[in-house]
Amino acid sequence: MTQPTKFTGTDNYVATEDLMLAVNAALTLKRPLLIKGEPGTGKTVLAAEVARALGRDLIEWHVKSTTKAQQGLYEYDAVSRLRDSQLGDERVHDIKNYIRRGKLWEAFTAEKPAILLIDEIDKADIEFPNDLLQELDRMEFFVYETGETVKAQDRPLVIITSNNEKELPDAFLRRCFFHYIKFPDRDTMNQIVDVHYPNIQKDLVREALSIFYDIRDVPGLKKKPSTSELLDWLKLLMHEDLPVNLLKERDPKKLIPPLHGALLKNEQDVHLFERLAFMSRRDGR
Amino acid sequence: MFTTFFFALRDAKLPVTLREYLTLLEALKAGIARFNIDEFYYLARATLVKDERNLDKFDRVFGTIFKGIESTGAEGETAEIPEEWLRKLAELYLSDEEMKKIQAMGDWDKLMETLQQRLNEQKDRHQGGNKWIGTAGTSPFGAYGYNPEGIRIGQDKGRHGRAVKVWDKREFKNLDDSVELGTRNIKVALRRLRRFVREGAAEELDLDGTIRSTAHKGFLDIHMRPERHNTVKLLLFFDVGGSMDSYIQLCEELFSAARSEFKHMEYFYFHNCLYERVWQDNRRRNAEVIPTFDVLHKYPHDYKVIFIGDASMSPYEIVYPGGSVEHWNEESGEAWMRRTLDIYNRAVWLNPVAEKYWQHTPSIKMMQELMGGRMYPLTLEGLDRAMRELMH
Repeated sequence: MTQPTKFTGTDNYVATEDLMLAVNAALTLKRPLLIKGEPGTGKTVLAAEVARALGRDLIEWHVKSTTKAQQGLYEYDAVSRLRDSQLGDERVHDIKNYIRRGKLWEAFTAEKPAILLIDEIDKADIEFPNDLLQELDRMEFFVYETGETVKAQDRPLVIITSNNEKELPDAFLRRCFFHYIKFPDRDTMNQIVDVHYPNIQKDLVREALSIFYDIRDVPGLKKKPSTSELLDWLKLLMHEDLPVNLLKERDPKKLIPPLHGALLKNEQDVHLFERLAFMSRRDGR
Repeated sequence: MFTTFFFALRDAKLPVTLREYLTLLEALKAGIARFNIDEFYYLARATLVKDERNLDKFDRVFGTIFKGIESTGAEGETAEIPEEWLRKLAELYLSDEEMKKIQAMGDWDKLMETLQQRLNEQKDRHQGGNKWIGTAGTSPFGAYGYNPEGIRIGQDKGRHGRAVKVWDKREFKNLDDSVELGTRNIKVALRRLRRFVREGAAEELDLDGTIRSTAHKGFLDIHMRPERHNTVKLLLFFDVGGSMDSYIQLCEELFSAARSEFKHMEYFYFHNCLYERVWQDNRRRNAEVIPTFDVLHKYPHDYKVIFIGDASMSPYEIVYPGGSVEHWNEESGEAWMRRTLDIYNRAVWLNPVAEKYWQHTPSIKMMQELMGGRMYPLTLEGLDRAMRELMH
């Protein structure tokens, strides 16, 4: 079976038209794709789904505050070499034994073009993206210890996600395609729910979605519930087998939705919500 | 090919470069977007915009440049406009008389026609629709939160997802960086003000140094080094009371962000202009004042200084001794400002008043001159510029 060369979403990931186009543009021109968006809108999942849809391998590089760009290329393990030299190990004579390949190396030398996910690039130091400029642009780098050049045979698709904790340098941005995943509107959300829970009752979804968007509209929430939280909540609702009527009830006395713990993750938000519920109850009388 | 578009984007202060433009052309050549304005819009957006704060600007430019391409079939789909919108529109654009006339005629088409005409006129008169319904130009959005394009007559609600709808909606408005400020964003901006230096007691194992030195000497030679600290030191001067009351939230956000971001940070309050005394507790500001001289003597010149105030006052308060509205000051505010700026050469003034009104207030202009032009608006973008100024 031939693998598709274009990404059109998968059976459990709903991609909007603009997202598909951005992915395909990055695929065609073999440039990195930078993804930003609210937490929980499926930035990280995207890479996995693109890999699945195109039948490619996914190589994930999760960036932390201590991650260095060099770690993505390779690391020279001097400590084990020192130890081996003292133990008289034969391996010590070949420096190659002590070069550990990083994720970029892996992605560059993969047999068929892979998909490399650099997750949450903004977590790392400000210099991090700059240090990867040439490597991502030319898809090659030089190993000083052995004097060899690692070059990508087939340029992998690089997907980079960012949560905006730090700004990325302009030079880096110029080399990327960019897509901002905005929070899905109701229609898209319906599709997303459909893809995840195909057998769910339609009226349950309708009621749940309207409650969900109501909550998101509450001003002053510290953390707005996101798509992944909605999906968790629906799962709970299905699991508990709550009657749909319970959600339909617009009885002000029960304004706090059932199992709200899945949606509101912060006790201040729950308090705020309770207070609003209380006020609307008072007004209702 | 699209040079007009490209330069229009640059004119709108979008940071697009030749490289990105070439990428767009390359992508078009590769056939990623085929003869379809929606796809072209998505592609252009993915190639040329690299920051969601600029999406709104991009949409606006795209809307003006490619207007008309999508207009076929827009007429005659009027019936689906929510009635509510129409009512509000009618209230806005038709005089009472006209309303009555139309009501008398009872002619829906006529109403639509008139409205359309009105909207077009309105658009022409205000370039680009920037200052549409808004009061005194403070908001590009009108009283009802729509922009002129967004409520264009003939914009069918049912045609959801079509690109013209997308860019006309301008839903990224609140991400534009000259508008929104929240603590988190302030923190990001303040992070520019970091200078990590290893200073103090050597407590951390320097692995690389140890290895290098061990290899060099042939025996285990352990190296230690101090931890990394942010060495930037900051003095904040807040203007409080009077005209600053309306900016309290903004200042609080900035204050809390700065407080969590810097270890060496001192803050002081003043009223309108800096004079010979400042204070740290607003409730006891008459009892516990700190002479400004003490502040200047206590904190060395490597502190960076940020003034936060609207600088809106009578020019006398800056220039003349005794000009203060609160007390008799022996020396003018100007003298105190100069004295402070002489010591701290890294100083900026953040002004919550929008930049476009500065030239209308003489005291702001004077303060701007005193600061040597280093006055920035208290927006994310202004904060960013200010931090760059402080750092270089």
